[in-house]
Amino acid sequence: MTNHWVDLRNSDCILVMGSNAAANHPISMKWVQKAKDNGGKLISVDPRFTQTSAKADFYAPLRSGTDIAFLGGMIKYIADNNKFFKEYVVDYTNASFVVDEKFDFSDGLFSGYDKEKRAYDKATWAFKKDDKGMIERDETLQNPKCVFQLMKKHYSRYTPEKVSEITGTPVPDLLKVYEMYSETGTKDKAGTIMYAMGWTQHTVGVQNIRTMSMIQLLLGNIGIAGGGVNALRGESNVQGSTDQAILFHLLPGYLRAPMAAQQTLKDYHAPVPKTSDPRSVNWWSNYPKYSVSLLKAFWGDAGTPENEFGFGWLPKLDAGQNCSWLNLFDEMYNGKIKGFFAWGQNPACSGANSNKVRQGLAKLDWLVNVNIFDNETGSFWKAPGVDPKKIKTEVFMLPCASSVEKEGSITNSGRLAQWRYKASDPPGQAKPDGDIAVELMNKLRELYKKGGKFPDPILKLKWDYTDEKGHFDPHRVAKQINGYFLKDMEVGGKQFKKGDLVPAFPMLQADGSTSCGNWVYCASYTNEGNMMARRDKDDPTGLGLYSKWAWCWPVNRLILYNRASVDRNGQPWNPKRALIQWKDGKWVGDIPDGPAPPLSDEKAGKYPFIMTAEGFGRLYGPGLADGPFPEHYEPLECPIPNNLMSSQYNNPTIKIFKGEMDKHLTCDPRFPFVGTTYRVTEHWQTGCMTRWQPRLVEAEPQMFVEMSEELAELRGIKNGDKVKVSSPRGEVGCVAMVTTRFRPFQVGGVTVHQVGMPWCFGWVAPKDGGDSANLLTPTVGDPNTMIPESKAFMVNVTKA
Amino acid sequence: MADGYSIIMDTSKCTACRGCQIACKQWNQLPGTETKNTGTHENPPDLSFSTYKVVRFSEGKNGDGKPFWYFFSEQCRHCMSPGCMAAVEKEEIVQDDNTGAVLFTPKTKTLDFKATLEGCPYNVPRQDPKTKELAKCTMCFDRITNEKVPACVKSCPTGALVFGDRDKMLEATKKRVDELKKSYPKAAAINPDDVRVIYIVTDDPKKYFKYAEGK
Repeated sequence: MTNHWVDLRNSDCILVMGSNAAANHPISMKWVQKAKDNGGKLISVDPRFTQTSAKADFYAPLRSGTDIAFLGGMIKYIADNNKFFKEYVVDYTNASFVVDEKFDFSDGLFSGYDKEKRAYDKATWAFKKDDKGMIERDETLQNPKCVFQLMKKHYSRYTPEKVSEITGTPVPDLLKVYEMYSETGTKDKAGTIMYAMGWTQHTVGVQNIRTMSMIQLLLGNIGIAGGGVNALRGESNVQGSTDQAILFHLLPGYLRAPMAAQQTLKDYHAPVPKTSDPRSVNWWSNYPKYSVSLLKAFWGDAGTPENEFGFGWLPKLDAGQNCSWLNLFDEMYNGKIKGFFAWGQNPACSGANSNKVRQGLAKLDWLVNVNIFDNETGSFWKAPGVDPKKIKTEVFMLPCASSVEKEGSITNSGRLAQWRYKASDPPGQAKPDGDIAVELMNKLRELYKKGGKFPDPILKLKWDYTDEKGHFDPHRVAKQINGYFLKDMEVGGKQFKKGDLVPAFPMLQADGSTSCGNWVYCASYTNEGNMMARRDKDDPTGLGLYSKWAWCWPVNRLILYNRASVDRNGQPWNPKRALIQWKDGKWVGDIPDGPAPPLSDEKAGKYPFIMTAEGFGRLYGPGLADGPFPEHYEPLECPIPNNLMSSQYNNPTIKIFKGEMDKHLTCDPRFPFVGTTYRVTEHWQTGCMTRWQPRLVEAEPQMFVEMSEELAELRGIKNGDKVKVSSPRGEVGCVAMVTTRFRPFQVGGVTVHQVGMPWCFGWVAPKDGGDSANLLTPTVGDPNTMIPESKAFMVNVTKA
Repeated sequence: MADGYSIIMDTSKCTACRGCQIACKQWNQLPGTETKNTGTHENPPDLSFSTYKVVRFSEGKNGDGKPFWYFFSEQCRHCMSPGCMAAVEKEEIVQDDNTGAVLFTPKTKTLDFKATLEGCPYNVPRQDPKTKELAKCTMCFDRITNEKVPACVKSCPTGALVFGDRDKMLEATKKRVDELKKSYPKAAAINPDDVRVIYIVTDDPKKYFKYAEGK
C-alpha cells in the first residue's frame, strides 16, 4: 500500500477491482464503511457479483483477464474529457517528458522486440536528453513525442465500444465507472484503489497495476490522504516477508540480489540509478550505504574494506537465472532439485498446476514440512491414488509454533510493523520458526567446521541472535535489522557511540562504520526503544495517521509520496485533508518524503517522487519487461480466437513452459469456459490452518464452483449437484453453486461463460472437503514477477 | 437502566463475513456441526440447539437485471412481549428486568416445544433432541452483565451490529433509516417497537429472509 488501512476512510471514491475485500480483507470494510458514511462512493468491478459488490454504490462486471482494456478505456476517458489534474500532471508526472524518436508502437508490439528471445531491447524506450543529460520536457504537453501525447495516442484505440467488446462490460456500465471515478481528478477529491490477487495473478499482472497507477497519477491521487495504489496483501505478514527479501531476486530492503558477473562491490553498485538533474533527489543514489551496512549486518567484524565487507561471500545469480516459484517447481518436476523446505506453506494446494507440484515433490530426496498442522504437501506420498511404496522422498515433519506462541514483529499491508507478544508456549515439541532456523544454522556451522568447499560465508557470519539459553531472541534480530553504529562517530552534527542503534537511515554509511539488516526498517528499534511496540492513539492531524501506534516504514511515513499532496508552494491541494504543509520554513504533518523545501524554492526545492531517478511519477514506465505503456493481451488460455486490440494474441514476453505437464489450450471446445480462483472468508489460504476448525468448516464445508443460471441450464446442472470441473491439467470435484451473481459475457459477439472456485480445500481434511482449484491452473506467469496466471484459464464443467 | 438494551442489525453495513456467527459459537462454546454444501454459502442450514445465529444469504435479480445479494444475521429478537413465554408456568423462560434479555433456562425441557415455537413470531427456539432442553441467543447475558458487548457485536468489523441502551439504539435506528431513505426509499427498521434486536433493511424484508418480519 502507498497509503494504509485506516486511510481508506479519507476517500471520496473507492474502486475495488481485482479484489473481493469484503470476503478476504473483512476488516478493511470498517474503513470503507466510514468513507461511505462520509459520503464516499464504493465501486466494485469483478467478474462475479461479490460480497464487496453487494455493498457497492455501483457494480460493473468484466471478464477475467481484461482489466487493462477496462482501465485503458478510463485513461482515454480522462484524457478526452479533460478530467485529469493538470497542475499535478505537469509538475509531478513525466507527462511532459519527450521520448526518443525511435520509440514506436505498432499492432500490439513496442519497438525493440526480439521474437526469438521473446524479449525487448529497451534502448528505444528511453527519454530524449540534452547534452547535459537533462531530459527534454514540454510543459505544454503538446509535443507529439511527449509522454502525454504518446499516452493519448496509445489509448485512443480503447474506445468504450472496443473495450466493451473485449471485457464484456456493457458500455453504459463502463462509462458510469469512468465518470464516477474520474470525478476525483480535482484538488479537493481523493480516489483510491483496493486490489489484490485478482490483478496480480495474470500474465499482465504488473501492467494491470501500472494502468491504475497511471490513472491515479493523472487524477492527482498519489501521495494524498484517501488516495494511492493499495495492494491488499494476502497474509498478515506477507508485507514483512517481502521487505525481508523472501523473493529470490532481492536482498532485504529491496536491494538487488547480486549477479555472477558482478565480481566486485563496484560492479554491483554500477547499476545504481543516476541523474543529472540537481532537483531530483534520486534516493537510490544512497544504495551503497544500505548495501554495505547490510553486509556489515551479515558478517560483522569479518567484513572489512579489504574483503569488500564480505561481498564475495554473497551467493550470486547466474545471468538470466530466475528462481521464482514456477521455475523452481519446474526444476523440481524435472528432478533437478534434491531437497526442499516447505516452511509455513502448502504448495501441493497453493501452487499453480498443483498436479505438477505434487509430482515434483515425489522427485525429491527429502522434504521438510514445517507447519502447525499436517497438510497435503507433507502427506503427498499418501494422497489418494499415490502408492507410498513407490515414493522415494524422505519426509520430515517439524511442528512449529503458531503466531500467538512466539514474539516478534508483523508488518501489515500498510507497512505498519507491529510488535506482538507470546500468549502461551507452543504445544509438545513445536518450536518458533526462529528457533528452528537457529538450530539448523548451528548444525550447518558445526558441519562446516569439519570442512567444506566454501566455509567462509557460513563460519564468518555474525551469528549472535540467541539469548542466554540459546533460544532465538527476536529483540536481537530486530535491533540488527534496525542497525548499529560500529564506532564512536559524528553524523549530521550529532555524536554517537559504538553500539548505539542508528536513529534513521539517512545516517547509514557506505564505509563500513554502520550495520543495518534492512535499511527501510532503520528507525524501527532505536536507543529510545522498540518503536514497533508503541501503542499511543494520538491523532493530531485527524486523518487517522496514528503516528505513535507501532511503526511504519519508511521512517514512520504513513503515506508514501506525500510531497505530491501539496502544490509548488508546499500548500496542501486539499486543506481539509492536509497531510503535510510547508509552514514557517519547515514541514508539518506526516513525515515528509524528504526534508527539502517545496518546488517553488528554485535552489533547494526537490521533485516529490524521490524513488525514481527523474523525480517524477511515471505515466510512461520504461523499465518493465513488457512495455512502457500497458497494453491489452489475452490470457494465455482464453475463450476468443483473436485479441480484438491487436494481432499480438498474448503478452509477447511471457515464458512458455513446454513440459509434459504444461498443456495449455485456448478456444478448445473441450474447455469452453473461463475459470478463475478465489478465497473465502472462512478459510485461510489453502485452508491448512482453518480446515481443522469445526466452526469454520461448518460454515464453508466443501469445494464448490459458482456458475451462472445460464451455464447451469446449458449443462443440465442443478444447484447443489455434484459436478466435475476440468482443465487441460487436471480435474476437481465440486458442488455446483448456481447463482445470479455470475452472468454470461458478450465478448466479440460471442457468449462467454465464466466460473469460479476457491483454492482453500485439500484432501487431508475435512472429510469430503474436496481438493484445490489449483489442480486446474496453468504454469505460466507474468514476465516481470512470474506470478502465476491463476485468475484466468479455461475449464469445462460437467455433471459428475 | 430504565429500558434495558437493544441490538441494531444494520443489514446495509453487513458484509457477510460471518464473524458474528463464529464468535457466537466461540463464546457460547457451541460445537461446529457437520454440514454439506448444498449450493449456497449459507451454512449451517438453520438455527439449532448448537447454533444461535446464522447469517442468511439471499440473492436475485433487480428490475435492471443486475444482481442483488442481501445478508441477514438471524437470531432471537428478544421481544418486548415474548411470544415464546405464552405457555410458561414456572420460569422455564425468563425476561431479565434489567437488560430485557429473554433467557431459556434448563427447565425448558419440560415445555411443550411445538407450542413454544409456534408462540415465537420469528421461528427461533430450537430443541436438543436428546435432553429436550430449548435453546437460543442469550444476548450474551454473561457478557452484558459484566460490562462487555455481546460476542457477535464485538466481532463485527463494519458496525452493522451495535449494542447499547435501548433508547439510544432506537434513536440511532431512526437516524440511520432516515439517512438510508435518501438512497433507498424502502429503507425501514423491522418492528422496532416490539423487539430488542432491531433489523434495518433497505428493501422488502421478505427479500432478505422469510421470517425477517415474522411468520
